[in-house]
This record gives sequence, C-alpha cells and structure tokens, in this order.
Amino acid sequence: MFQATPFTQRKRRTEQLAKAILVLMTLCLVIPLVLIVGYLVIQAAPILSWDFLTSNPIRGMRAGGIWSPLLGTLYLVVISLVIATPIGVLAAVFLNEYARESWFTRAVNLAVVNLAGVPSIVHALFGLGAFVLFAHLGKSILAASLTLAIMTMPVIIASTKEALAAVPLAFREACWNVGATRWQTIRHVVLPNSISGILTGIILQVSRAAGETAPIMFTGAVFFKAIEEGNVFAYGLFDQCMTLSMHLFTISTQVPDVPHALPYGTAVVLLGTVLLVNTLAIGLRIYLRSRKKW
Amino acid sequence: MSGAAYSIQTRDLSLWYGDFQALKGVTLDIEHGLITALIGPSGCGKTTLLRSFNRINERYGNVTTQGEIRILGQDILAPDVSLIELRKAVGMVFQRPNPLPISVYENVVFGLRVHTPKSQLKKADLDEAVEKALREVSLWDDLKDKLHAKATSLQLDQQQKLCIARLLPLKPEVILMDEPCSALDVEATLAIEDLMLTLAGRYTMLIVTHNMAQARRVSHACTFMLMGQVVEHGRTEDLFLTPQDARTADYIEGRFG
Ligand SMILES: Nc1ncnc2c1ncn2[C@@H]1O[C@H](COP(=O)(O)OP(=O)(O)OP(=O)(O)O)[C@@H](O)[C@H]1O
Ligand SMILES: [Mg+2]
Repeated sequence: MFQATPFTQRKRRTEQLAKAILVLMTLCLVIPLVLIVGYLVIQAAPILSWDFLTSNPIRGMRAGGIWSPLLGTLYLVVISLVIATPIGVLAAVFLNEYARESWFTRAVNLAVVNLAGVPSIVHALFGLGAFVLFAHLGKSILAASLTLAIMTMPVIIASTKEALAAVPLAFREACWNVGATRWQTIRHVVLPNSISGILTGIILQVSRAAGETAPIMFTGAVFFKAIEEGNVFAYGLFDQCMTLSMHLFTISTQVPDVPHALPYGTAVVLLGTVLLVNTLAIGLRIYLRSRKKW
Repeated sequence: MSGAAYSIQTRDLSLWYGDFQALKGVTLDIEHGLITALIGPSGCGKTTLLRSFNRINERYGNVTTQGEIRILGQDILAPDVSLIELRKAVGMVFQRPNPLPISVYENVVFGLRVHTPKSQLKKADLDEAVEKALREVSLWDDLKDKLHAKATSLQLDQQQKLCIARLLPLKPEVILMDEPCSALDVEATLAIEDLMLTLAGRYTMLIVTHNMAQARRVSHACTFMLMGQVVEHGRTEDLFLTPQDARTADYIEGRFG
C-alpha cells in the first residue's frame, strides 16, 4: 500500500525539475541585477558625496558634481507626471466607467494602445513640432515635460484602466443598488480599491521619464548649464536644463579624459533618484491601503 | 401610498439587450408585503426582470425597454423618475454576498452616506441606524462587538444578512433577491429564509430561486417564467399543487430546467 508507482515517481522527478528551473530563472534575473548595481556602486564610490550632489559640473564636465542635471531630471519627472497623471487617470476612469461601447471608445482605446508602443524618438519629434515650434514654447523645461507627459500618458491610461477593471463588478453592483451615482461609486468604491494598482502604473512611468534621453534632447535639454548651487528653484519653466540621462551620455561618450568614477557616480545617482521616487510612492500606497477608506 | 394592494405591476413589458429580446410582454402584479418567488430555467429572464424593477439593467449595457412598470402606482419608466430615489426604494441582494471591503458599520451606513450631505450626518443617528438595521436582520447580538471589523471577514451567511441590512436604513419598499442562498449551506439558507419571513409584511420581497423546495417554504406567491415570458403566476400552494399550465407542471416536477 501507498508505494510509489513508476508513474508517480516520474511525476515527482518532473516536479523537482520544474522547481529547479524556475529557481534558476529567478536567479538569472536577480544575480545580474545585484552584480550591476554592486559594480556601479563600487566604481562610483570614490566620488559619491554630498558635495557631488550639490555642486555643478566644472572644467568641461570633467570634475565637480551633478547638481544641475540632478535638479533638471527632478523637474522634468515631477512636472511631466503632474501633467500626465490627472489627465491619464481621469481619461481611464471615463473610458472604463462611463464610456459605452461605441466606435468612438474603440478608436480611443486603439489609439491608447498604439501610442503606448510608439518609440520615444517619435514622441521627441512630435514634441519638437507641437510644443517647441508650434506652441512657441521654445526649447524649455515646459516643452520637454509636455513631451514626456505625452509619452507616459498612454501607458498610465492603459495601466489605470487595467487596475480599474480589476475591481470586482460585485462592488459596483452593491453601490448602484443603494442608489449611488456613477461618480459616488467611483469615489467611494472603485478608486479606493484600485489605487495601489493605479500608483504602480504611475511609478513605472517615473523611471521611464527619468531615463529617456531622446524625447528631451530636441525639446529642452542642453549639454551644459550651470545653475545656482543648493537652490531647488534654480530652474524656471522656460529655461533649458541639464538632465542625468543626457549628462551620462555626454560624459561617457562625448567628452574626452573624464575621470573614471564620474559616469558611474552619475549612473548611481540616476538609479538612486528613481529608487527614491519609487520608495516614496510605495510608502504612499501602503499608507493609503492601511486607511479604512482610501 | 403603501396601502396599495400591489407593489409592482408590469404591463406588456418587453426588454432587449441589443437585438436580443430577453423579456417578452410580461404582465404581472406583485402583491404588497408578500414574498413572491420567481422560478424558471436558466436564462429565462428572471434576473433581467428583477433588475428592471430598479432600472439597474441600464448600467449593464445597451438595454431597450418597452411597456409599463409601476412601483407603488408610480410609472418608473417615466422621464421625471429619479433613478437615485427609485433605487433607494427598491434594493437588491445578490447571489454571492457582496459586502463592500470596509467595516460592518460603514457597510450599513453606506446608503445614508451616499444620500445625505456630510453636514447632516450625525454620529448618533448613524449609530442608531446601524443598531436598528442589524437588529432587524438579527445580526446585532453577533456583531455588536465587531462593528469595526472588515465586513468581508464575516461568515457568508452573516455577509448576506449584512447585505440585506445595508438596504434597510434607506427604508426600501421592495427588496429584490437574486438567488440569495445559492452560495450558502443548508443552515445558512434556513436562517436567511427565516429572516425573509420576519421581514415580510414590512417589505415586499421578490426572490429568484432554482430551489423548488425553497420557493414552497418561503413564498406566498409564485411566478413561473419561460423564455422571457410569464407562464403562470398565482398563490404558491395553488401553483405547486394545481398548476394550470402543463409547462409549469413539468418544470416543478423537474422534468426540465
Ligand atoms: N448584459 C446582458 N447582455 C446581453 N444579454 C444578456 C445580458 N444579461 C442577460 N442576457 C441574456 O438574457 C437572457 C436572460 O438572462 P437572465 O440573466 O435574466 O436569466 P436568468 O433567468 O436570471 O438565468 P439564471 O437562472 O441562469 O440566472 C439570457 O439569455 C442571457 O444570455
Ligand atoms: Mg439570474
């Protein structure tokens, strides 16, 4: 009784094999990540300091810190998200909660999906045409942020729609049947139960907005610009700015005789900025979830 | 108003989902204060009929309605009817209990919060409404110490009772129940049936059920539907003992459906 037959033994071996492969794949994913981050940090270590963060690049970007690109990146990320998030989230709410199935909503949905897949260089050209030239914003932080917003918005719409659609119909029914309007249903039930999914979608766009070089190259970024050190309001909306991604590109490929640690330091700060914003957003998510309503 | 003999009357009610006709000329009188069971095979339009009584159908898609529905004498398809007021008066309970993922307390007062401006909501009134509603569904003794527990952590039958309690602060006239016991075990089913019987008289109740025994136990009147039409409507005993239509007899004896 209860002896393993050859068939069950074979099943057990398959099971063990499957588990081993899955663990291996996970390691394949995690180990390079740890190695890359570790390598970057080790290479950057000699240069990382508070001073590095808060002073402008000097001597043709061969020395000094990264204050002006760091602040530029923060400006672009924050402004583009401030533009893209409300529009994207509200558009998704409309598409998912209000819009009836019609040729119009089908066209919009199709457009959203396709826009989400458009390469960033195309967004860059659009931004150049629409914001820099047509709207006469010139090459500026505003034009670059708008371009980044256009780039991130379709993805925010798509991920928000997905988060909204994951809220069970039963919750909505419960609301409707006590006479709640659509907006009350959204406000009291749908959004509180999808907020973490919505935020996750937005968080992912932070990294994208911070990392892209193409869309901002034509619309607002400059190779070099010194700004007042330590003043977080040193850039104006219509100024051009440096950004970390472009600075990294410049000092690694365009400028000769850059000290070895400098590009690595810049990369680590770029990574750190994204991680910091993500951590803040995750904290916000946990906070929202811990509250009873919202 | 509530003195009227009939709570719900339909005249030649037809309903389409797009091109598909789900209700065909339904004419029905539902007596006030009684429990009416709605029986019929799957897909015959029971849920559709139920949902048309608070016009919630319109939220599910492209729906066209023709004919007349009167609730307490008022034509609810008239253009000046407020869907919000209608749905306050005609509440619905679902197959799977669907408490909102908030506390028991907040579930019960949810309707009040939705319908009253914040400035007029007093804590004392809310507390009172919660106690009253939970007592009415005989949950108060079990839950009075757990009012701030998540409603979704309750047992299923408690959740279902809570879903009924959630409607009561709005002082509904009609409670629609779409297979309210099909997710529950035998004991819980009996508890819900008991509750329905105690609520009868105060509220007009309509219950969709696939369980013939339940229809007989719990309802005063019974309606048999087939393919979007009402085949027979009458007192439950009459319908089960001496069905007038051969199809009714076949269905209640389990020959199809
Ligand atoms: N939103 C909808 N869109 C299109 N057709 C629908 C919709 N809801 C229901 N139907 C169709 O209408 C008919 C009646 O459905 P309904 O849900 O009212 O049946 P039912 O009697 O409640 O069935 P069951 O006993 O399985 O719950 C079915 O053929 C169904 O496919
Ligand atoms: Mg049904």
